[in-house]
Amino acid sequence: MGDCHGCPNNIATLAPPPGRGAPARSHIVAIVGPPNSGKSTLFNRLTGLRQKVANFPGVTVEHRMGKVKLEQGRDVFVVDLPGVYSLTPRTEDERVTHDVLSGRMKDIPRPDAVLLILDSTNLSRHLVLAAPVLSLGLPTLVILNMADDLKSRGGELNVPELAMQLGSPVALISAAKGTGVEKIFQFLSGATMRAAPKAPLIQLPVIQDIPKCRAWATNIGNKTGYHAPAPPLWTRRLDAFFLHPVAGPLVFLFVVVAVFQTIFNGARPLMDGIDALIKTSGAWLGHLLPNEALRSLLIDGIWTGVGSVIIFLPQILLLFLFIGILEDSGYLARAALIADRTMARFGLQGKSFIPLLSAYACAVPAIMATRTIEDKRDRIATILIAPFMTCSARLPVYILIIGAFIPDKHVIGPFLGMRATVLLGLYVLGFVAAILTARLLKSTVLKSRRSSFMLEMPPYRWPTVRSLALRLVDRSKVFLMRAGTVILGVAIVIWALSYLPLHDGKPPAIEHSFAAGIGHFVEPAIKPLGFNWKIGIGLITSLAARETIVSTLGTIYGMKDEGSQQGLQQALHQDLTLGGAIALLVFFAFAMQCMSTIAVVRRETGGWLWPGVQFAYMTSLAYLCAFLANHLVSIWS
Amino acid sequence: MQLSVKKRAAAKNLTELKPGEEGVLASLDLPEADAQRLMEMGFVPGHSVTRGLSAPGGDPRVFRVDGSEVALRRETARRLILK
Repeated sequence: MGDCHGCPNNIATLAPPPGRGAPARSHIVAIVGPPNSGKSTLFNRLTGLRQKVANFPGVTVEHRMGKVKLEQGRDVFVVDLPGVYSLTPRTEDERVTHDVLSGRMKDIPRPDAVLLILDSTNLSRHLVLAAPVLSLGLPTLVILNMADDLKSRGGELNVPELAMQLGSPVALISAAKGTGVEKIFQFLSGATMRAAPKAPLIQLPVIQDIPKCRAWATNIGNKTGYHAPAPPLWTRRLDAFFLHPVAGPLVFLFVVVAVFQTIFNGARPLMDGIDALIKTSGAWLGHLLPNEALRSLLIDGIWTGVGSVIIFLPQILLLFLFIGILEDSGYLARAALIADRTMARFGLQGKSFIPLLSAYACAVPAIMATRTIEDKRDRIATILIAPFMTCSARLPVYILIIGAFIPDKHVIGPFLGMRATVLLGLYVLGFVAAILTARLLKSTVLKSRRSSFMLEMPPYRWPTVRSLALRLVDRSKVFLMRAGTVILGVAIVIWALSYLPLHDGKPPAIEHSFAAGIGHFVEPAIKPLGFNWKIGIGLITSLAARETIVSTLGTIYGMKDEGSQQGLQQALHQDLTLGGAIALLVFFAFAMQCMSTIAVVRRETGGWLWPGVQFAYMTSLAYLCAFLANHLVSIWS
Repeated sequence: MQLSVKKRAAAKNLTELKPGEEGVLASLDLPEADAQRLMEMGFVPGHSVTRGLSAPGGDPRVFRVDGSEVALRRETARRLILK
């Protein structure tokens, strides 16, 4: 690999590329590789915490950009491109990879070098990607990952010979264990990063012709003494259990219940802890602030508003920990396989299952989790139906209204109470709306040929703590960023609306505030649903986040004290009929009252079209069904 | 392509493989884009394909091809013709 001696002029060093302005541009290196080659593991290994997630301009494909610190205090920027099998721009992922590598992507200069990562245990097939990448003419380091697997399963390969054949340096590494990674740092420091690669010893094949490329790869494999390793024995054994006709579905069910249970109950103590922390710190801060308006803004507005969102952080972290373990271990692909037939009935596919399950905690991480779905139409359909799943933010609202209006009676024996039945009914309602919407979407605007489902089953692997931890840090950052921007803004606006206009320098009673004015303004529109202006204010504030309605109603009905939920329930009882209460529950089951979800859908779909359609559809459905519920209940009771 | 159409009635496809049974792929009777993608995943004519396990109910099925395992739905597997 040290074949650069005597060619100092060709060594790419820190010197800025000719023709550019004074500020020296740092080098950009792209990581390219097929799916399941360990691309992300390598990226994490190289960059650690010095990375950020971003979307390419105009497309939904996201990429990660990270900084690699080299010894001489220099930095190299590394771009993690989507996993592709070829550079033929057919899918969006392939187009992005193709455009970045050929320098056609806006905002990203053409990379100075390429790290091509391939799975050494499956080299003959993965080498197919080397042909189009090498023909780009960029300095390329060919990284053969999973060296530990190759060795333990008895595979063999002559690395120097392969480097000769390809005309590029080759490094045999294990990204998960970190062995051999120093060769990548050497390459990045410019020791082997040359301006142009030597011509490969053998002719590159015609790139469009896959069978020819494949034959070329076999030929190279033969010339370099490549011995494919034995099949992964443990994976076969585990699959015999996880895909067993009886045990398989049972394990699947167990995993689903465990995820569900953890999201709900496991996160509870942490959430209570955060809640208590926000309240006591708020009260403590309140004593420190002399000015009443400032105190009200900080405590009632910002602290409580942002706090009501941060409280979901434990759930989100636990959920991503689970998804991380499932994905990194390889079980997620098996779960998708098992769920596929059921999901196919609704026009979806197996990979939609985990995101939809996650949506029971919160639609935001669920929508972020749809990135594992490669088929774009399936992905959009999953994003559009995810907010119908009963997220945990609906729960406080459901509990308040059910507690106020549904009698605490038994339905079937001592096990199932009427309140639990109504709650369960609301969960079912959301689920039914989701699958009917999925069918509607997949048979109309998002119709696709069903033949396109193909799913690679990666070998089972131990997830590494490092990769799981990085994933959690990454997701927390994204989540807290949002809480610090969108939610913060909305919290301030809502506070201002209920605090103004001032009367004699004092805030008004809630019925004279701007918020009440808005409530009265929308009252005619929501009267048919059985709601008055006070509920109207609650509906407006809950546009920020659903559970906000609980604290808003608390303020409106003058329940200053947090412990007075019972008082609030009695007050509601006087203002709402049973029909109106049921209508409110139905409205919350269907409506898309969540700024965070709207923001994340916009980000993930790359525009306002889909969040707009989704908001209009869900709100109309909510209005219509709440209207029906109000009138049907009024007739019956 | 012409050949595979004529022989369709007699030709065996992937769904007819028994668990563990191996066959050699002859052609992919699918739209261009799907065929390309499958070839990239290892389903290249001339390569051997072995049937592996399947989801409960038998669909989708896992096939071992070219060093990896890929799950296909029945309607896709039906279009992959064996020699």
